[in-house]
Amino acid sequence: MTQEIKKTNKTEWPLWEVFIRSKAGLDHKHAGSLHAADAQMAVENARDVYTRRMEGVSIWVVESRHIHASDPDQSESMYEPANDKIYRHPTFYNLPEEVKYM
Amino acid sequence: MDTNSKLQIPNSKLLDYTLRLADDALILGHRLGEWCGHGPILEQDIALTNTALDHLGRARSLYQYAAELFNQMPADEKKQVFTSVAIQNLVSTGANVDEDDLAYLRDGWDFRNALLLEQPNIDWAYTVARALFYDTFNYFFFTELSKSKNESLAAVAEKSLKEVTYHLRWSSEWAVRLGDGTDESHARMQKAVNELWMYSGELFTPNETDEEMSRAGLGVDLTKIKPLYMARVQEVLSEATLTTPPDTWMQQGGRNGRHSEHLGYVLAELQFMQRAYPGMEW
Repeated sequence: MTQEIKKTNKTEWPLWEVFIRSKAGLDHKHAGSLHAADAQMAVENARDVYTRRMEGVSIWVVESRHIHASDPDQSESMYEPANDKIYRHPTFYNLPEEVKYM
Repeated sequence: MDTNSKLQIPNSKLLDYTLRLADDALILGHRLGEWCGHGPILEQDIALTNTALDHLGRARSLYQYAAELFNQMPADEKKQVFTSVAIQNLVSTGANVDEDDLAYLRDGWDFRNALLLEQPNIDWAYTVARALFYDTFNYFFFTELSKSKNESLAAVAEKSLKEVTYHLRWSSEWAVRLGDGTDESHARMQKAVNELWMYSGELFTPNETDEEMSRAGLGVDLTKIKPLYMARVQEVLSEATLTTPPDTWMQQGGRNGRHSEHLGYVLAELQFMQRAYPGMEW
Protein backbone atom coordinates (compact mmCIF):
# COMPACT_ATOMS: atom_id res chain seq x y z
CA MET A 1 0.00 0.00 0.00
CA THR A 2 2.60 2.58 1.06
CA GLN A 3 4.85 1.32 -1.72
CA GLU A 4 2.08 1.99 -4.20
CA ILE A 5 1.42 5.47 -2.87
CA LYS A 6 5.10 6.36 -3.09
CA LYS A 7 5.25 5.11 -6.64
CA THR A 8 2.27 7.08 -7.85
CA ASN A 9 3.37 10.23 -6.00
CA LYS A 10 6.68 10.19 -7.80
CA THR A 11 5.11 10.07 -11.22
CA GLU A 12 2.12 12.20 -10.34
CA TRP A 13 3.49 15.72 -10.72
CA PRO A 14 3.20 16.71 -14.36
CA LEU A 15 5.87 18.42 -16.41
CA TRP A 16 5.53 22.11 -17.26
CA GLU A 17 7.25 24.28 -19.84
CA VAL A 18 8.47 27.63 -18.57
CA PHE A 19 8.60 30.87 -20.53
CA ILE A 20 10.36 33.92 -19.10
CA ARG A 21 10.17 37.56 -20.13
CA SER A 22 13.57 39.00 -19.33
CA LYS A 23 12.39 42.61 -19.28
CA ALA A 24 9.32 44.68 -20.03
CA GLY A 25 8.64 44.98 -23.75
CA LEU A 26 10.44 41.79 -24.75
CA ASP A 27 8.66 38.55 -25.50
CA HIS A 28 8.53 35.47 -23.32
CA LYS A 29 11.20 32.94 -24.25
CA HIS A 30 11.29 29.26 -23.50
CA ALA A 31 13.57 28.80 -20.47
CA GLY A 32 13.17 25.11 -19.70
CA SER A 33 10.85 22.75 -17.94
CA LEU A 34 10.09 21.57 -14.41
CA HIS A 35 7.72 19.46 -12.34
CA ALA A 36 4.86 20.88 -10.28
CA ALA A 37 1.54 19.74 -8.89
CA ASP A 38 -0.46 22.58 -10.42
CA ALA A 39 -0.12 25.88 -12.28
CA GLN A 40 0.39 27.95 -9.16
CA MET A 41 3.20 25.74 -7.94
CA ALA A 42 4.66 25.70 -11.43
CA VAL A 43 4.88 29.50 -11.49
CA GLU A 44 6.50 29.51 -8.05
CA ASN A 45 8.93 26.74 -8.90
CA ALA A 46 9.81 28.62 -12.08
CA ARG A 47 10.45 31.72 -9.99
CA ASP A 48 12.92 29.79 -7.85
CA VAL A 49 14.54 27.75 -10.59
CA TYR A 50 14.71 30.24 -13.44
CA THR A 51 14.58 33.80 -12.08
CA ARG A 52 16.74 33.75 -8.96
CA ARG A 53 19.60 35.43 -10.82
CA MET A 54 17.36 38.26 -12.05
CA GLU A 55 16.57 36.58 -15.35
CA GLY A 56 12.98 37.70 -15.54
CA VAL A 57 10.06 39.97 -14.78
CA SER A 58 7.25 37.75 -15.97
CA ILE A 59 6.62 34.01 -16.12
CA TRP A 60 4.33 31.86 -18.24
CA VAL A 61 3.90 28.16 -17.63
CA VAL A 62 2.04 25.63 -19.70
CA GLU A 63 1.71 21.95 -19.03
CA SER A 64 3.98 20.15 -21.45
CA ARG A 65 1.19 17.84 -22.63
CA HIS A 66 -0.59 20.84 -24.11
CA ILE A 67 2.28 21.58 -26.46
CA HIS A 68 1.92 19.99 -29.84
CA ALA A 69 5.13 19.74 -31.79
CA SER A 70 5.98 19.05 -35.39
CA ASP A 71 7.39 15.65 -36.21
CA PRO A 72 11.18 15.68 -36.82
CA ASP A 73 10.73 12.81 -39.29
CA GLN A 74 8.69 15.11 -41.49
CA SER A 75 11.36 17.80 -41.63
CA GLU A 76 12.10 17.23 -45.31
CA SER A 77 8.58 17.84 -46.47
CA MET A 78 7.87 20.47 -43.83
CA TYR A 79 10.84 22.80 -44.13
CA GLU A 80 13.01 22.04 -47.12
CA PRO A 81 10.55 23.30 -49.74
CA ALA A 82 11.16 26.81 -48.34
CA ASN A 83 14.85 26.62 -49.15
CA ASP A 84 14.61 27.73 -52.78
CA LYS A 85 11.80 30.29 -52.36
CA ILE A 86 14.13 33.24 -52.07
CA TYR A 87 11.40 35.55 -53.44
CA ARG A 88 9.55 35.17 -50.15
CA HIS A 89 12.16 37.37 -48.48
CA PRO A 90 11.64 41.11 -48.94
CA THR A 91 15.16 41.48 -50.35
CA PHE A 92 14.10 42.86 -53.74
CA TYR A 93 12.96 46.23 -52.47
CA ASN A 94 15.20 49.27 -52.62
CA LEU A 95 15.28 50.86 -49.21
CA PRO A 96 15.77 54.61 -48.92
CA GLU A 97 18.99 55.62 -47.17
CA GLU A 98 17.08 57.26 -44.31
CA VAL A 99 15.68 53.91 -43.18
CA LYS A 100 18.62 52.62 -41.26
CA TYR A 101 17.44 49.77 -39.15
CA MET A 102 15.42 47.30 -41.15
CA MET B 1 23.89 56.66 16.42
CA ASP B 2 22.47 60.01 17.29
CA THR B 3 18.87 58.93 17.29
CA ASN B 4 19.57 56.22 19.86
CA SER B 5 21.28 58.48 22.33
CA LYS B 6 18.38 60.92 22.10
CA LEU B 7 15.97 58.14 22.92
CA GLN B 8 18.24 56.97 25.70
CA ILE B 9 18.34 53.33 24.88
CA PRO B 10 21.54 51.73 26.08
CA ASN B 11 23.59 50.11 23.34
CA SER B 12 23.37 46.82 25.18
CA LYS B 13 19.58 46.68 24.71
CA LEU B 14 19.78 47.61 21.06
CA LEU B 15 22.49 45.00 20.62
CA ASP B 16 20.39 42.35 22.35
CA TYR B 17 17.46 43.16 20.07
CA THR B 18 19.54 43.17 16.89
CA LEU B 19 21.32 39.95 17.81
CA ARG B 20 18.19 37.99 18.47
CA LEU B 21 16.83 38.90 15.06
CA ALA B 22 20.15 37.91 13.51
CA ASP B 23 20.26 34.63 15.47
CA ASP B 24 16.69 33.75 14.43
CA ALA B 25 17.70 34.26 10.82
CA LEU B 26 21.01 32.40 11.02
CA ILE B 27 19.66 29.36 12.83
CA LEU B 28 16.63 28.92 10.59
CA GLY B 29 18.79 29.62 7.54
CA HIS B 30 21.05 26.78 8.66
CA ARG B 31 18.12 24.44 9.28
CA LEU B 32 16.67 25.13 5.83
CA GLY B 33 20.13 24.73 4.33
CA GLU B 34 20.18 21.19 5.71
CA TRP B 35 17.57 20.36 3.06
CA CYS B 36 20.06 21.17 0.31
CA GLY B 37 20.42 18.03 -1.78
CA HIS B 38 17.73 16.29 0.28
CA GLY B 39 14.55 18.05 -0.88
CA PRO B 40 11.62 15.88 -1.93
CA ILE B 41 11.86 17.23 -5.46
CA LEU B 42 14.55 19.25 -7.20
CA GLU B 43 12.40 22.37 -7.63
CA GLN B 44 11.53 22.53 -3.91
CA ASP B 45 15.12 21.85 -2.97
CA ILE B 46 16.05 25.02 -4.84
CA ALA B 47 13.08 26.94 -3.42
CA LEU B 48 14.06 26.13 0.14
CA THR B 49 17.73 26.92 -0.29
CA ASN B 50 16.76 30.25 -1.90
CA THR B 51 14.81 30.98 1.25
CA ALA B 52 17.72 29.83 3.42
CA LEU B 53 19.90 32.37 1.63
CA ASP B 54 17.33 35.12 2.23
CA HIS B 55 17.57 34.39 5.96
CA LEU B 56 21.35 34.24 5.83
CA GLY B 57 21.52 37.56 4.01
CA ARG B 58 19.36 39.18 6.68
CA ALA B 59 21.52 37.60 9.38
CA ARG B 60 24.62 39.16 7.81
CA SER B 61 23.15 42.68 7.70
CA LEU B 62 22.07 42.38 11.32
CA TYR B 63 25.37 40.89 12.55
CA GLN B 64 27.25 43.71 10.85
CA TYR B 65 25.10 46.23 12.68
CA ALA B 66 25.41 44.29 15.94
CA ALA B 67 29.19 44.24 15.61
CA GLU B 68 29.14 47.99 15.08
CA LEU B 69 27.07 48.47 18.25
CA PHE B 70 29.30 46.12 20.22
CA ASN B 71 32.52 47.79 19.09
CA GLN B 72 31.22 51.18 20.26
CA MET B 73 30.85 49.96 23.82
CA PRO B 74 33.41 50.80 26.51
CA ALA B 75 35.81 47.94 27.23
CA ASP B 76 34.45 47.02 30.65
CA GLU B 77 30.90 46.89 29.32
CA LYS B 78 31.98 44.64 26.44
CA LYS B 79 33.12 42.01 28.93
CA GLN B 80 29.60 41.79 30.34
CA VAL B 81 27.81 41.05 27.08
CA PHE B 82 29.02 37.55 26.17
CA THR B 83 30.48 34.88 28.41
CA SER B 84 31.72 32.76 25.49
CA VAL B 85 35.45 32.25 25.96
CA ALA B 86 36.42 32.93 22.36
CA ILE B 87 34.68 36.32 22.40
CA GLN B 88 36.11 37.16 25.84
CA ASN B 89 39.59 36.44 24.47
CA LEU B 90 38.98 38.75 21.52
CA VAL B 91 37.70 41.50 23.80
CA SER B 92 40.70 41.19 26.13
CA THR B 93 43.09 41.81 23.21
CA GLY B 94 41.14 44.99 22.46
CA ALA B 95 40.28 43.80 18.95
CA ASN B 96 36.99 44.69 17.27
CA VAL B 97 34.52 41.92 16.49
CA ASP B 98 32.94 41.42 13.07
CA GLU B 99 29.90 39.57 11.73
CA ASP B 100 31.81 36.29 11.48
CA ASP B 101 33.00 36.44 15.10
CA LEU B 102 29.41 36.87 16.25
CA ALA B 103 28.20 33.93 14.17
CA TYR B 104 31.09 31.53 14.75
CA LEU B 105 32.62 32.31 18.13
CA ARG B 106 29.64 32.53 20.45
CA ASP B 107 28.60 29.48 22.41
CA GLY B 108 25.00 28.33 22.66
CA TRP B 109 24.11 30.29 25.78
CA ASP B 110 25.04 33.53 24.03
CA PHE B 111 22.59 32.83 21.20
CA ARG B 112 19.20 34.53 21.53
CA ASN B 113 17.17 32.85 18.81
CA ALA B 114 13.68 31.61 19.63
CA LEU B 115 13.50 27.88 20.38
CA LEU B 116 11.18 27.30 17.42
CA LEU B 117 13.94 28.00 14.92
CA GLU B 118 16.43 25.45 16.22
CA GLN B 119 13.88 22.60 16.14
CA PRO B 120 14.97 19.87 13.71
CA ASN B 121 13.56 19.51 10.20
CA ILE B 122 12.23 15.97 10.86
CA ASP B 123 10.10 15.86 7.70
CA TRP B 124 8.48 18.17 5.16
CA ALA B 125 5.46 18.78 7.39
CA TYR B 126 7.57 19.90 10.36
CA THR B 127 9.61 22.11 8.06
CA VAL B 128 6.43 23.69 6.70
CA ALA B 129 4.80 24.15 10.12
CA ARG B 130 7.91 25.80 11.57
CA ALA B 131 8.14 28.04 8.52
CA LEU B 132 4.45 28.93 8.71
CA PHE B 133 4.71 30.13 12.32
CA TYR B 134 7.95 32.03 11.75
CA ASP B 135 7.02 33.51 8.36
CA THR B 136 3.69 34.74 9.70
CA PHE B 137 5.42 36.27 12.72
CA ASN B 138 8.08 37.82 10.46
CA TYR B 139 5.51 39.29 8.11
CA PHE B 140 3.77 41.29 10.84
CA PHE B 141 6.96 41.92 12.80
CA PHE B 142 8.87 43.42 9.89
CA THR B 143 5.83 45.40 8.76
CA GLU B 144 6.00 47.14 12.15
CA LEU B 145 9.78 47.27 12.39
CA SER B 146 9.97 49.09 9.06
CA LYS B 147 8.47 52.06 10.93
CA SER B 148 11.21 51.95 13.59
CA LYS B 149 12.97 55.19 14.48
CA ASN B 150 16.21 53.26 14.24
CA GLU B 151 17.23 53.65 10.62
CA SER B 152 19.39 50.54 10.46
CA LEU B 153 16.65 48.25 11.76
CA ALA B 154 14.01 49.96 9.62
CA ALA B 155 16.13 49.46 6.50
CA VAL B 156 16.64 45.75 7.19
CA ALA B 157 12.93 45.39 7.90
CA GLU B 158 11.91 47.07 4.69
CA LYS B 159 14.18 44.90 2.56
CA SER B 160 13.17 41.73 4.42
CA LEU B 161 9.49 42.37 4.04
CA LYS B 162 9.56 41.60 0.33
CA GLU B 163 11.34 38.32 0.95
CA VAL B 164 9.17 37.41 3.89
CA THR B 165 5.99 38.04 1.91
CA TYR B 166 7.13 35.34 -0.49
CA HIS B 167 8.19 32.99 2.31
CA LEU B 168 4.76 33.32 3.88
CA ARG B 169 3.09 32.54 0.59
CA TRP B 170 5.26 29.44 0.25
CA SER B 171 4.64 28.09 3.76
CA SER B 172 0.91 28.90 3.69
CA GLU B 173 0.41 27.12 0.40
CA TRP B 174 2.32 24.07 1.56
CA ALA B 175 0.37 23.93 4.81
CA VAL B 176 -2.82 23.85 2.74
CA ARG B 177 -1.46 21.31 0.25
CA LEU B 178 -0.43 18.90 3.00
CA GLY B 179 -3.34 19.56 5.36
CA ASP B 180 -5.95 19.33 2.62
CA GLY B 181 -4.08 16.57 0.79
CA THR B 182 -4.07 12.83 1.40
CA ASP B 183 -4.94 11.16 4.70
CA GLU B 184 -1.26 10.65 5.39
CA SER B 185 -0.18 14.21 4.58
CA HIS B 186 -3.06 15.57 6.66
CA ALA B 187 -2.08 13.44 9.66
CA ARG B 188 1.58 14.40 9.39
CA MET B 189 0.83 18.08 9.01
CA GLN B 190 -1.51 18.07 12.00
CA LYS B 191 1.12 16.26 14.07
CA ALA B 192 3.79 18.81 13.12
CA VAL B 193 1.49 21.73 13.98
CA ASN B 194 0.62 20.15 17.33
CA GLU B 195 4.22 19.36 18.24
CA LEU B 196 5.64 22.75 17.29
CA TRP B 197 2.79 24.82 18.67
CA MET B 198 4.34 25.13 22.13
CA TYR B 199 7.38 26.82 20.58
CA SER B 200 5.34 29.48 18.79
CA GLY B 201 4.37 31.47 21.89
CA GLU B 202 7.91 32.60 22.65
CA LEU B 203 7.87 34.81 19.56
CA PHE B 204 5.19 36.93 21.27
CA THR B 205 6.44 36.85 24.84
CA PRO B 206 8.00 40.25 25.43
CA ASN B 207 10.94 40.55 27.79
CA GLU B 208 12.54 43.69 29.18
CA THR B 209 14.37 44.39 25.92
CA ASP B 210 11.14 44.20 23.91
CA GLU B 211 9.39 46.54 26.27
CA GLU B 212 12.13 49.17 26.30
CA MET B 213 12.63 49.01 22.55
CA SER B 214 8.92 49.25 21.90
CA ARG B 215 8.44 52.17 24.31
CA ALA B 216 11.25 54.09 22.61
CA GLY B 217 9.64 53.59 19.20
CA LEU B 218 12.59 51.50 18.08
CA GLY B 219 11.17 48.02 18.42
CA VAL B 220 7.88 46.26 17.82
CA ASP B 221 4.98 46.06 20.24
CA LEU B 222 4.47 42.29 20.27
CA THR B 223 1.03 42.53 21.86
CA LYS B 224 -0.08 44.52 18.83
CA ILE B 225 0.96 41.95 16.23
CA LYS B 226 -0.09 38.84 18.13
CA PRO B 227 -3.81 39.05 17.20
CA LEU B 228 -2.86 39.62 13.56
CA TYR B 229 -0.62 36.58 13.71
CA MET B 230 -3.29 34.40 15.33
CA ALA B 231 -5.94 35.42 12.80
CA ARG B 232 -3.68 34.64 9.88
CA VAL B 233 -2.42 31.30 11.22
CA GLN B 234 -5.98 30.23 12.05
CA GLU B 235 -7.11 31.20 8.57
CA VAL B 236 -4.39 29.10 6.95
CA LEU B 237 -4.92 26.13 9.26
CA SER B 238 -8.65 26.18 8.69
CA GLU B 239 -8.20 26.34 4.93
CA ALA B 240 -5.84 23.40 5.35
CA THR B 241 -8.64 21.55 7.23
CA LEU B 242 -6.32 21.41 10.24
CA THR B 243 -7.22 22.00 13.87
CA THR B 244 -5.61 24.96 15.63
CA PRO B 245 -4.15 23.60 18.88
CA PRO B 246 -5.78 24.92 22.06
CA ASP B 247 -4.14 27.53 24.27
CA THR B 248 -1.41 25.76 26.13
CA TRP B 249 1.72 26.29 28.14
CA MET B 250 4.42 27.72 25.91
CA GLN B 251 8.11 26.85 25.95
CA GLN B 252 10.52 29.73 26.23
CA GLY B 253 14.10 30.57 27.10
CA GLY B 254 15.84 31.05 23.78
CA ARG B 255 15.72 34.83 24.01
CA ASN B 256 17.69 34.57 27.25
CA GLY B 257 20.15 31.95 26.04
CA ARG B 258 18.41 28.86 27.47
CA HIS B 259 18.09 26.50 24.54
CA SER B 260 16.88 23.02 23.69
CA GLU B 261 19.49 20.32 23.11
CA HIS B 262 19.20 20.86 19.35
CA LEU B 263 21.09 24.15 19.19
CA GLY B 264 24.36 22.54 20.25
CA TYR B 265 24.30 20.22 17.25
CA VAL B 266 23.48 23.08 14.89
CA LEU B 267 26.39 25.13 16.23
CA ALA B 268 28.77 22.18 16.17
CA GLU B 269 28.21 21.86 12.45
CA LEU B 270 28.00 25.58 11.76
CA GLN B 271 31.06 26.61 13.76
CA PHE B 272 33.37 23.63 13.44
CA MET B 273 35.58 25.03 10.70
CA GLN B 274 36.23 28.38 12.36
CA ARG B 275 36.81 26.79 15.74
CA ALA B 276 39.22 24.18 14.40
CA TYR B 277 40.97 26.49 11.93
CA PRO B 278 40.55 30.02 13.31
CA GLY B 279 40.41 32.76 10.69
CA MET B 280 40.25 30.25 7.85
CA GLU B 281 38.90 31.61 4.56
CA TRP B 282 37.80 29.82 1.43
